[in-house]
This record gives sequence, C-alpha cells and structure tokens, in this order.
Amino acid sequence: MAVERDQLLDMYRCMVKIREFENRAHDLFLAGGLPGFLHLYSGQEAVAAGVMATLRPDDLIASTHRGHGHVIAKGGDVRLMLAEILGRATGYCKGKGGSMHIAAIELGILGANGVVGASIPIGVGAALACQYKDGDRVSVTFFGDGASNRGTFHEALNLASIWDLPAVFICENNLYGVGFCQRDHMRPCDVAERAAGYGFPGIVVDGNDAEAVYEATATAVARARAGGGPTMVECKTWRHHGHFVGDQALYRDPAEHAEWLARDPLLLCAKVLASRGWADEGALLAIQDEIRAEIEEAVAFALASPQPALSDLLTDVYSD
Amino acid sequence: MAVRNFGQAIADGLILEMERDPDVYIVGEDVATFPAFGVTRACYERFGATRVRDTPVSETAIMGHAVGAAAAGLRPVAEIMFMDFLGIILDELANQAAKMHYMFGGTMKVPLVVRTVSGAGIGAAAQHSQSLEAWVTHTPGLKMIAPSTPADAKGLIAAAVRDDNPVVFMEHKLLYATEGEVPDGEYVLPIGKADIKRAGSDVTIVSWSSMVQKSLAAADLLAADGVAAEVLDLRTLVPLDKDAILESLGRTHRLVIVHEAVKTSGFGAEVAAIVADEGFDLLDAPIKRVTAPDTPVPFSPVLEAAFVPDAAKIRAAVLSLG
Repeated sequence: MAVERDQLLDMYRCMVKIREFENRAHDLFLAGGLPGFLHLYSGQEAVAAGVMATLRPDDLIASTHRGHGHVIAKGGDVRLMLAEILGRATGYCKGKGGSMHIAAIELGILGANGVVGASIPIGVGAALACQYKDGDRVSVTFFGDGASNRGTFHEALNLASIWDLPAVFICENNLYGVGFCQRDHMRPCDVAERAAGYGFPGIVVDGNDAEAVYEATATAVARARAGGGPTMVECKTWRHHGHFVGDQALYRDPAEHAEWLARDPLLLCAKVLASRGWADEGALLAIQDEIRAEIEEAVAFALASPQPALSDLLTDVYSD
Repeated sequence: MAVRNFGQAIADGLILEMERDPDVYIVGEDVATFPAFGVTRACYERFGATRVRDTPVSETAIMGHAVGAAAAGLRPVAEIMFMDFLGIILDELANQAAKMHYMFGGTMKVPLVVRTVSGAGIGAAAQHSQSLEAWVTHTPGLKMIAPSTPADAKGLIAAAVRDDNPVVFMEHKLLYATEGEVPDGEYVLPIGKADIKRAGSDVTIVSWSSMVQKSLAAADLLAADGVAAEVLDLRTLVPLDKDAILESLGRTHRLVIVHEAVKTSGFGAEVAAIVADEGFDLLDAPIKRVTAPDTPVPFSPVLEAAFVPDAAKIRAAVLSLG
C-alpha cells in the first residue's frame, strides 16, 4: 500500500493544519483567553494524518484527551473546534465540552475523552456497531502508552478479539504517561507486544513517519474490513510540549528531547516530498501560508462568537 | 392479561422490543447460556447469540463497549449481574454514558439500559446484596427505574429500551418469583410516573422496588389498627414524580419513606428534603424513614433479616406519628 504523491501532500497539509492550530491554541492559552486544560498534539501529527488517510468518512474513531489532531485529521472544522475550546456557543459542543470533549458524530468522531483509557472500550463498542450493521466500516481507537496500563485496555482488547471486531487500535506511544517514563511504567516496552496476549497482530512503527503510519494502518484497516479482526499499530512518537500547557516536562532528558525535535514529523515529511520531487520548498510554504490564513480566520470567528446563554446550563442533560 | 412472574415479564418486554427494533441487543455475563436469574434465557432461545451476547467476566468492557455501541447507533441492554458491581463500571456509567449528551452539546445520544440485580434476602452477604440506587440518582444524565410488580417491570423495561438516555433498571432478586397479572402484547409505561398501589387517607408510604411489597403488607397490618395507609410506588426515581408525592400528602398529611438501601444519603433523604421544601405546609407530623441501618449487608440470616426493613418496622414507624 505505497503512498502516492497526492496522498502524502494531503497528509503534509493535515499535519501543518494540526501544528498551526495547536500553535494558536497555545498562544491563546498563554494570553489568558482559553480556560481549562490544554493537551497539545504537536509532535504527534504524523499519527493522526497517517491513520486518518486510510479511513473513509463513515468510519468511526474514539479519541483521547490529546485529541485535537484526531478531530482535524478526520475532517473537523477548525472554526468550530476553536470556538469549542474557547467555550463559545458556536463550538462543536456549544461550549459545554471544551478541549477534552470535542465530538462530531456526523464525521464519525465519537469524542475526545478526559479519562485516560476510557476511549478504548468505547471504540470497541463502536466496532461492534460496525460489525452488527453488516457493513464494512471500521472503528479506530486512539490511546497512549499510559492508557495501556488501564484495565479498560485489557478487557476491551480481549472483547474485540473474541468477537473478531473490525477494530484498529492505534497506540500513540509518546514515551511518557504524564511524567512517568514508559520504561518505568510498563513491561514490555513495546505496547504492541500486548496484542499477542489477546491473539491478534501488533506492529511497531515510527510514529513520526506519516508514510510508515499510513502503510501499517492501511493493512490493519483492510484486515478489519475483510472480517479479519483487530490489529494494534503502535506509533512511537514524542510530544513537543509537556503533558498540558504549563507543564515544562522537566522530567524528560533535554538531549532526548532535542533528538526528537530534529525528527519533527513535519520536517521528515517535507524532506520526503522534496527528495521525490513531489513538492518544492515554494509549494510547501504556500501550503503553510494557506493554512495559517485559515487558522487566523477560525480564531477571529471563535473570538467573535457569543458566550453560551446562561439558560444553556440546564439544557442537554437528557435527550428528549 | 396473563399471570407472569417478574422475571418472565421482563423477558416478555425485552423480546417484544427486540422484535420491534433490530438494533436492540442483550449483553452480559452468562446472559445467553446460563443467566444468573434466568431472565434472558427466553431471549436467547428466540434470537440467538448475535443478539444475546455472552461476555467474559469484564464488567468494564460490558459497560464501556455498550457506551460506544449506543453512541454508534445500537441500543444495548447490558446486564450487570449484581448491583454491587456498579463499583466496577462507575466510570463508564457515570463519567462516560451519563455525561456524553451534555458535554457534547446535545449532539450525541447514548440509548442504553443497564439491568442489574439488587437487594438482600438470600444470604448473598455484603458484596452481592446492596441497593445502590442513590449512586445512580446522584449523577445527572442517568435515569433510574426500580419496579415492584411484574406488570410495571414489563411496561418499564420497554420504556427503558425506547428511551434515548442511559437508564439503570434495578431488579430486586426477591421479586423474580413474585407473580401478577401482566397485560398481553406491547405494553409501555411512561418513565417518571408514580403509581398508587393502595389508596388511603391517613398516611402516605413512599417506596419503590421490593419495599413496595413490604409497605403493602404493613398497610394490611395498619388497617387492623384502624389506619388507612396509602402506598405510593415511585417506580422511577429519576425522573421523579414529585407531583404524585405532594398530591398524596395533600390527602394524608403524613409521610413515611421506606427503602432497603442504607439510611445516610439514601434516596429517601432526597424525598424528605423535597417535601420539607415544597410540601412543608402539607405535613401534620415529622417525616419518618424506614431503611436499612448504615452497615454492610450481613451474611447471617438472623442479622440479614434484621437489616432489611419489614412490615412490622414500617407499621411501627407509621404508628409513631400518632
């Protein structure tokens, strides 16, 4: 499943969009205009871009607290996302969810999740819905290395396996569960090895290489669509920021941080595009300018959007 | 009308809903091959293993996958074998299912039912006997149903399945063998409507689940004492039929609340607080609660019998009002 020029350019564009979105969200947070917690996706863009490039619009995803990248890559509208994380009435969830709770069921996004590991059984349930409805849709569940120590992970993987569900598990292993280094918080150090414990394949890829993520995920998705059951793809990656904005990540080795920054997924992808003659520097800069303009327009939309009405406090508790 | 027991009535209701809507499925530990209280065996025989799905001993996955399946368009009826195991599924129930409609701005529906078995009385001891409805009622976004008769169970399980919200459906284990007249065919009761199980003019006994039966027994005893007790079966705790409670008090002016759950922070406290707030002028006497004591459920049959409220205790509470 080799990647073609237009596909890789689309992935690059997606990664730039995520990065620019996160940069602006970061700025807004530091300027004091953004309430709550903010878990930036910067550094992990190749995972969202590579995975989502394998999916159809009607496929489902279950996301995490670090979910902005997933939503953008699945087709989320950055205006509605920014409005949501600013708590405005025009946001995806009318300002009631915030950064950790963006959902867009019409795009197949079952929601970001504030509880680490909680998305995993939800993604498995969505996979059951895909199988039950007799189509060939798949459900993709994102989680991190930290979540792989939750009971939800183990129970959900087993259920997906015994029911042969069309589930793809994407572990974004950024090597730290908040401040706890993965080599200290779990054994073995490849989360993908745990898939074997539940009787299905697990594969490790360079999570900063969008092409590698795409290829591994495409195989997993094809297997799931054909009724072959679940697969785990572990993407080794690195977050550029701390666990949340405000966390200086002093628990990480500065040398290791520098090594990973040198392997920035956007830089790696740009190099591949250039080396194959698929896009020159000017074309890549044009993409960046175009995306920046789109994000600025989204910021303006969000900042101009109204706050929720106080009466909204009491609505949407129950579905009528 | 036919005479059915409580468990059969639930199965009847489930089968009708599964015939009506192919997206309804049953899931849980041993629901197909060896149901703990037998309820879903008839469903399995009728619909097979795709729609009545046995799971491993994985309550977290039962509840968590149900949330995802419901969000993605199915209507799971998940069985949690004992209500005590709510502790295992609390994140999936209270932080996920209950909150998704609100925190996603009303864009997502989570239509699922959690059927679960409550109550003491069979020597099942501290971890298989609790009545934990107040854990549920304290979480906005969940509905809480606790029927006391076969007919109500049939009508309310159908309503629960059709509801677009997460609903906890509490089945007291001692009710399964109780029998009653049940309407034939499709029968759906509204969620949030209490029912006067016995009319009376001297005192209102508010109750739900198996304690309704104990309250009716107490009302018989009280009749011999010359006291006409009204027994109001709440049937659903969330949403609560507040009007029915206040209307009954408007006739009787005395209130005794009976529940099997432990006393402190039990749902009876909520009922008492609402009446103190909105029906104070209706009261001619203090509000009394008849509940279990604030202890775990004991194993010893002697102690267990002392733990569960009975007709004599309810009678005594009513007579104490003077």
